[in-house]
Amino acid sequence: MIELNQLRAGYPGRTVLEGVDLDFRPGQVLAVLGPNGCGKSTLLRTANGLLARVGGEILLDGLPLERLTVREVARKVAYLPQSRTVPSITAGRMVLHGRFPYLSYPRRYRREDHEMVRRALDWAGAAELASRPLPQLSGGQRQKIYLAMALAQDTETILMDEPTTYLDVSCQLEVMALSRRLAEEGRAVVMVLHDLCLAMRYAHRLALFQDGRLLCTGTPEELFCGAELERTMGVGLGRVQTEEGWRYFYR
Amino acid sequence: MGLIALLAGLLVLSSAGNLAFGAVPIPLREVVSALLGRGEGTHAAIILYARLPRLCGCLLAGAALACSGVIIQGVLNNPLAAPNIIGVNSGAGLATAICCAVAPGAVRLTPVAAFAGALAGVLLVLVISERAGAARITLVLAGVAISSMFSAGIDAVVTFFPDALSGYTDFRIGGVRNLSMARLTPAFWVILIALIAALSLSNELDLLLLGRETAQSLGLSAKGLRLVLLMLAAALAGAAVSFSGLLGFVGLLAPHIMRRLLGEESFPLLLSSALGGALLLTACDLASRLLFAPFELPLGVVMSLAGGPFFIWLLLRQRRGGGGP
Repeated sequence: MIELNQLRAGYPGRTVLEGVDLDFRPGQVLAVLGPNGCGKSTLLRTANGLLARVGGEILLDGLPLERLTVREVARKVAYLPQSRTVPSITAGRMVLHGRFPYLSYPRRYRREDHEMVRRALDWAGAAELASRPLPQLSGGQRQKIYLAMALAQDTETILMDEPTTYLDVSCQLEVMALSRRLAEEGRAVVMVLHDLCLAMRYAHRLALFQDGRLLCTGTPEELFCGAELERTMGVGLGRVQTEEGWRYFYR
Repeated sequence: MGLIALLAGLLVLSSAGNLAFGAVPIPLREVVSALLGRGEGTHAAIILYARLPRLCGCLLAGAALACSGVIIQGVLNNPLAAPNIIGVNSGAGLATAICCAVAPGAVRLTPVAAFAGALAGVLLVLVISERAGAARITLVLAGVAISSMFSAGIDAVVTFFPDALSGYTDFRIGGVRNLSMARLTPAFWVILIALIAALSLSNELDLLLLGRETAQSLGLSAKGLRLVLLMLAAALAGAAVSFSGLLGFVGLLAPHIMRRLLGEESFPLLLSSALGGALLLTACDLASRLLFAPFELPLGVVMSLAGGPFFIWLLLRQRRGGGGP
């Protein structure tokens, strides 16, 4: 589990996040919310060690992050960045890259790696895409492949930066449902989201940021009843009860 | 795999053509017996001392420059980067020129000097582009600037030591005439070792294609690896330049053709580019001998006449927004 204690993060000469106390609990989808530029992406990149922290502490399974090698971190934390290059390789090959942290030089993929990839593709409902070149896939199909890669990486924590951006609505719902299933398998799923309704519907817990500070965390119920969400995001939410639970909408 | 077999087949054909055709056509039967050491007379001597070294030079330079191109394009994540564009070739050329000026007899030293020069070119471009932001255009511009500085250096050396690069025009244009097996041997070993090392790092190269952040999140510390790969690219380009001069577009042409045909997976891409680069050079060399026979065009000229239009087409295609194949 990743724990952030009084985390301060940013870039040379510019602090973006300050005094963040947050943990990414296994078995939960945590949605990170907040206006543009409030430090959501910085949070994920720092928690993963891609960006050096400025102050505070990051614990990974109780150990300070900087004591672990890049490879050890990669076996515990998967990360899907917001913008990704799309190399001209097959989807199956892409998922196979998820096994990279488990091999040492000269890195010949083993039978169990290929087996793992097959299961990950099945799990994401993308088995039929395996032999297709990545550039030929739609945005939604690519996202499934990236999720399968994260699953093949077999980490306890999965960080996703805006995984639903640029996807059509049905693909968004599919990605959210897959993320929820990842959490049900005991993984900690952390996603930066802009769609509040989607976040309220699928996340177990939400963390609301403003101007580089963590304003509050809570369940969808707690955030819906509090005033911070509307004040920070500048839009009010309503909800209706359905057979499958609450559905949220912008008022 | 089919494409690689096809390339290998074509390469054998064009190699045979290279040995058989030229100012004096030699029947294939005599070519084979000369290669097996059973030939006698002028024909056997032509094969063993003129055409065979020339063929080997084409094969080595083509494979090395093409793979160097694949590596540099992958590591810098820039399809326009190639050894001749970003100053690697001219760096190697300058070092070769200085080496020949200072120690004219030390044939074995030239590949080492060429490697050092190529590496200096690569590192300079890498450092400048990281300082100035990793934008693709910055990198190419930095490369062009460094390239012209190195070229000016070559000219300066040749001005002060006119004998340093005997056949300076040949070196500048690039070619494989007047080679000997002894001159090729050190470059052969460098190229062989660097090629094997590059192939063994193909999974790592694949990860670099995903971008620095994704690579690191998959457990690859990109910084050290980029350096290692660029050193391999410099070794390949340097070794090739040490005997073939400033051969133009192989490092750009072969990788781009193969990428279109095969995709970007590094192992097949490296392998096919090596074969494709060797095939291109042997075919161009054959064309350079046959097109205007009995006159012979320099190999570099044929290469550039074929490569120039291709590069322009590539630029136009990029502008239309087509990134990969």
